[in-house]
Parts: sequence; C-alpha cells; structure tokens
Amino acid sequence: MAATPQTVPESPAEVADALRDAAYLADDSTALISFLAQRLGKPVLVEGPAGVGKTELAKALSRSTGRELVRLQCYEGLDEAKALYEWNYRKQLLQIQATASAQDEGSDPVGMGEIFTAEFLLERPLMKAIANPDPVVLLIDEIDKTDQEFEAMLLELLSDFQITIPEMGQISATTHPIVLLTSNNSRELTEALKRRCLYLWLDYPAREREIEIIRLHAPEIDQALAGRLVDVVDMVRELDLKKPPSIAEAIDWARTLILMGADDIDEKVFRESLSIIIKHRTDLDLVAEKIVPRLGGGNGSANGSGSSNGTG
Amino acid sequence: MAEQILAFCEELRSEEVAIGTSEIQDALRALEIVPWRSPVDFKEALATTVAKSPKDREIFDLVFDRHFFRATEEAALEYSPEGGEGRKAALSDEVRDELNMEALAEAIRQAIADGDESAMNELARLAIEAFGRQGESSGVVGVDMQRIRRGLGLSPSADTGADGETEGEPLDRDQIARFERQLRRELQRQQIQKQGQLPPARPLSDLNRSLPMRGAQDLAAVHKAVAQMKRRLATLGHDPRGAKRGRTVDVRRTMRSSLETGGVPLNLKYRPRRPRKPEIYVLCDVSTSVSSASTFFLSVLHALHDSFRKLRSFVFIERISEVTQVFEDERDFTAVAEKITATGGVADISGYTDYGRVWNEFYSDVSADLGPRSTVIVLGDARTNGRPPAEDAFARIAERANRTFWLNPEPELYWNYGDSVMSAYTPFCDGAFECWKTEHLEQFVDVVASGKVDTAGSTTRKYTSGHRY
Repeated sequence: MAATPQTVPESPAEVADALRDAAYLADDSTALISFLAQRLGKPVLVEGPAGVGKTELAKALSRSTGRELVRLQCYEGLDEAKALYEWNYRKQLLQIQATASAQDEGSDPVGMGEIFTAEFLLERPLMKAIANPDPVVLLIDEIDKTDQEFEAMLLELLSDFQITIPEMGQISATTHPIVLLTSNNSRELTEALKRRCLYLWLDYPAREREIEIIRLHAPEIDQALAGRLVDVVDMVRELDLKKPPSIAEAIDWARTLILMGADDIDEKVFRESLSIIIKHRTDLDLVAEKIVPRLGGGNGSANGSGSSNGTG
Repeated sequence: MAEQILAFCEELRSEEVAIGTSEIQDALRALEIVPWRSPVDFKEALATTVAKSPKDREIFDLVFDRHFFRATEEAALEYSPEGGEGRKAALSDEVRDELNMEALAEAIRQAIADGDESAMNELARLAIEAFGRQGESSGVVGVDMQRIRRGLGLSPSADTGADGETEGEPLDRDQIARFERQLRRELQRQQIQKQGQLPPARPLSDLNRSLPMRGAQDLAAVHKAVAQMKRRLATLGHDPRGAKRGRTVDVRRTMRSSLETGGVPLNLKYRPRRPRKPEIYVLCDVSTSVSSASTFFLSVLHALHDSFRKLRSFVFIERISEVTQVFEDERDFTAVAEKITATGGVADISGYTDYGRVWNEFYSDVSADLGPRSTVIVLGDARTNGRPPAEDAFARIAERANRTFWLNPEPELYWNYGDSVMSAYTPFCDGAFECWKTEHLEQFVDVVASGKVDTAGSTTRKYTSGHRY
C-alpha cells in the first residue's frame, strides 16, 4: 500500500465523490462496493441488464483513481494464449540462431534456459495487469460469454493475483489491481467464481438519478424535457422488448433532441427519433402500437413533472 | 457481532442460499471497514459478500428484515423483562394527552407524504396506543392493522378525495405501504413485550408465497447433472473412422517445440481435435397428464439451455411449438416457466396429447436439420389418448438423428398400461428411461456415458446401423 502513489479511500462517500468527478453517478450500493473492493482487494462481479453502465463503472473507476484500465473482452473460444501470455517463438528462434552463429565465431556460449525469460514473453491483458508496476483497473468484460473452463483458469488470478507459468514459475502482482468482472447473466457462472467475488447487481437507475445522469452528459437539455424523456424511456422499458433502451441510448436520444431543437416529446418528435432507442424491427412495431398513443400531442407528462417547462 | 452474523448466515442457509465459510469471512472483514452503524451500509456490505444472484438477494432482504428485527427484540427483552417502559417514556405526556384521532391522522398523512421514516415510526406507536385505549386491541397483529388503518382513513388516493380531505397530495400505494410496515413492526414489538417471548420464526415461504418452495436447490441439482451430461455427450458418438485424417499441423506449437532441437522442427505438433458440439433437440410434453413432472422437465430444459449452445427445444401437447427463443430471452427460471405455460401451448385445442401428430409435424418442420451430430431427447409419458402413435414417423426421426433418448416421467411398471404406447417407440430409441427425479437424470447421464444403453426391462437396441454401441 505504501509503495503506491494512490491513496486508499476512507469512506464510501469519498468513492462516490471521486466517481462523480469522473462523470459517473454511483448509487449508494455501487459506491459502497467500489469502496469495499479497494479496501478488501477483492474482485467485483457486476451483473445486470445490458446498458446499465457496467463497463462504464470500470472506466470511471480507472479515471477516478488515476489507474490504467486493462480490458479483456471475453468471447466464446477465448483461451490462455490470448488472455494470459504467450511465448514469442519468433524472437526465441532468432535468439537461438544468433547464439549459434556467435558460437561459431567462438564467443561465449549462451545457455538454452535463457530463452524462457520475461524478455520473450508476449503479455496478454491478464498478464499485463499482474505484471504492471503501477496498480491498474482490470476489466474482464462479459465473462458469461466464455466457457466454464476459462472461468476455472481465472480462479488463481482472482484469489491470489498471481499467474503460474510452467517455464518460469509464479508471477505475483506487486500491487493490488481493482478487478471488475461483468456479466449479462446469459448463463449461470460457477459457484467457485462467485465465491471469490463481491457481488453487485446493477439495475436501471431510479427516475431522479437517470435525469441527473442525462443532464450530466447532455447539459444543454432542460430539466423538464429530461424528466419527460426519462418517463418515456421508462414506459418503453416496461414493454416486453428484445432490447430495452440502455442509459447510453437515453443519453444519445437526449443529444438528438437537442440537435432537433425539440422542447417536448410529442408524437411527431418521438416517431422521428425513435430509431435512436429502439433497434429491432419487431420492437419498433410494438412501441409504435403501445407507446405512441399514450404520448398524446402535448405536454402532459406522466408524473406531473412537466409543469415548469421552459423553451429549450 | 461475529456470532450475530454467523447466526444470520445460518438462517440464510436454511433458506437454501449457499454460503461458503470464505464468504462469511469476507462479510466480517467488510464489516470491519464499513461504518456499520449506518444501517444501509451495513446491509449492503453484508449483501455483496453473501448474496450473489438476484434471487439470493431477494431472499437475503427478507431474511435480513426478519432476523435483525427479532435480534433487536430479543435484546430488548433481556434489558427490560417487565416490558417496554423505557420505550413509552420516550413520548412526552403532553403529546399523548392531545391524542385525538383527527390530529393523529393528519400528522401521519403529513409524515407519509414527507417520507419521514422516524416520524412514521413515532406516529405508528401513537396510533397503536390510541387504539389500545379505546379497547379495540384484538391481540392479533393482522386484525389490529386493518382496524387502525380504517380508523385513520388511510387508503390509496382514490378514496381520500371522496372524504373531502383534499389538503396535501393524494398518497400513493407505496408510501402507505411504508407506513404500514412500521405499524406492523410496532404491533409485533408490543405483542412480544406483552408475552415476554419471541414467536417462533416462520419459514420464509410462509411469508412470501412468490418464492419457489424448494425450487432453487432442486434446480441447482438438475443443472449439475446436465453439466455432466454435456461433458459426456461432447465426447460420445464421434465416428472413429478417419481418426488420422484431416489433422492440421499447428505451426505455432511446432516451432515452439523445435526450440528444443535448435530450431529444427523434428516433431510435428497437430492441432488438438476439438470435439464437435452436439446439437440437441428436446421435445417436452406439457400436457396435463404429465403436469406433476412438467416443472421438473422445464428445469431440465432450463439447465440444458445453460450448457448447450446448439439446442432447440420444443413443447407439445396436441401440436408442437418451438420455445428456444423463450429460454434465450429469459434467464430466470420462474419467468421462463410462466412464459411457457402462458404461450407454450398455443396450438393446443383439446388439451390431449397427440403424439402421432407431433411426430409428423416435427418430421416435416425440423427433420431436415437433423444430422449425424444430432441428439433427440423426448420428455413425455407416451400416453396418446387412444390416438394413432405414428411410430413410423418417429422411426424416421430416430433414423435421421444420431441418437434418440426417451425420458418417461412414469415408473417403468406403468409403461404400456392404459393408453401408454411406450413399447411402440422404444425399439427406435437408443435408450428409454424412467425419469422424474434428479437421481434418475444422473442415472441417465451415467448410462449414456458408459456407452452401454440398456435399461432394465425394455429392449432398447436401435434397429438400424449396427455399429453404434
């Protein structure tokens, strides 16, 4: 701890403030768990529907702590050679040839063992996170996309922050990385993995918080329109859609509305900008059928929030 | 403190949340760091270390409320055995004197609208006291709750307007529910004080009927058996012919190993042959005759979807309908079950299974996709309700598929009695098994894995292509 330039946060509130400075509005449990992750040095498993800011949380943590973000995007068939490390055999071959020709010329012979050193190692993301002299934020994204075997391989890394290379021995982390694993819950993760992690379930934010988030990222939007926008997005999310609109899409939509110069979401505006938040043919039909009639022509917003409407 | 947490975790375990010792240690370590005097932080820190799925979290919340409510009451009893005199003293006498219903109702309304929890708590106590003096206390928490609520005129917005009491905004259901929670808690507390002892803890499923009774653990067991099955199926049924053919040299590994021989590639390394992924087709009977087993069947389907990516599932009663998409869209088991029971039997008219029709439909719609890698698994009781079994269609399906298995939810003894036509189908199956519990599923996996498919009584050898098994 003493060796690192970073300070360990003292309270969840401190973490929440730091995240806010990094343009991420964390709710209480998110801040608390981020705090615990740093204090306990445990990985965090973040689950939740797509588009609630799981990956964004890792980025924000990286920004707020000043640590480098090392990201491993998971996919089916990901293996050690792509996630951990690989020997750079080309370089090794060259080294051998160089050694052989040097021996011909009568210089000092070089032993074979020397081609298995860190110099010949190609670092992949996980290795990079461990070997980095400065503490990092390691993001293992969409862990549910990999096979169970890959999860098993992660266990050593997650509990001891070390990697065993047969030819070299163990490489341990010099500093504690903050590790985040995200999952879209497309399959059940193994118990062993879950046991090693703190668990954070991220859901769509509450109305007030989402308004705040949108205003943070699209500051030009006025309060009433933001409220109206969140109400409509909430309505859309309640439908049984293939892909409900994410926070990022809500922000995109807010920016679009600003560009369109709209100061209220009526049927016309909604239809024109619908494709920003709805991205499935069948969803489009469903939304057109269920939501559009409820919008009406004017300013009647759901929770009486639109009363103080200004003009853009 | 540690003991308290341990007791709490024990209670969670008894509600079938799997908690490891290391997780309890994590919880204790977390609580050392977190300012646990703040109730929210305390709860969240505990939750993040022990409850690791949305389902677990739901149970956690319920148990948390129950456990720590009881724990504080127990402590209170120890400190004041005669009953809570100390508590009552907290209310000043003047306040109590001017206790009249109207003022109280108004104050409560205000507190609810403000969302002020501590005021609500105080007022709940006052309300109970007021009713106690009117001699209306019945001693049954639920009944008292109703009376007090009626007395205060608390009901969701619609009624309030009718009373003519229009000051303030109408209260919504959630806000009132919060007050009621306080009220209930306070009533329970007083009852405990009166009786001087705690009522026995009720199991959670009594408290919340929406929780599956003992589903979670069963589901986990089914998942385990299916995970085994995956491994076995992946390595089984591959044609041994051409074992040496079509292997490709792995250049990277060859070069790497050539380092040992000074850069001369003496030993060729081949790419390991990945076992091809099995394609599985599951047909699941959801008619009333198998209703007792259908939850089990659905959980098997659910588990299969977790393990196999190339899986198509169908449910049928009179006709067949594909439900692959439902499982892909929805992860939660109860939600899946609901969706399937709601939409699964779309093509169902009479409610009676028609196996013949099902086979013909399956054959004409799907069998083009069947191939040497496909495994067909049927979950059903083979009761045709007297309709033609169409075993020739079934035979054609079985012939196209690599392997066909039948899992029957009835004991083998009942097969072929009544309208069961199991014997018409067994000759075409690679195996037919009775299957209504997890143990049977494990047995099925074992038998399939050992490669000798032969159930106790029935003849199950496939009549075509002799080289199998």
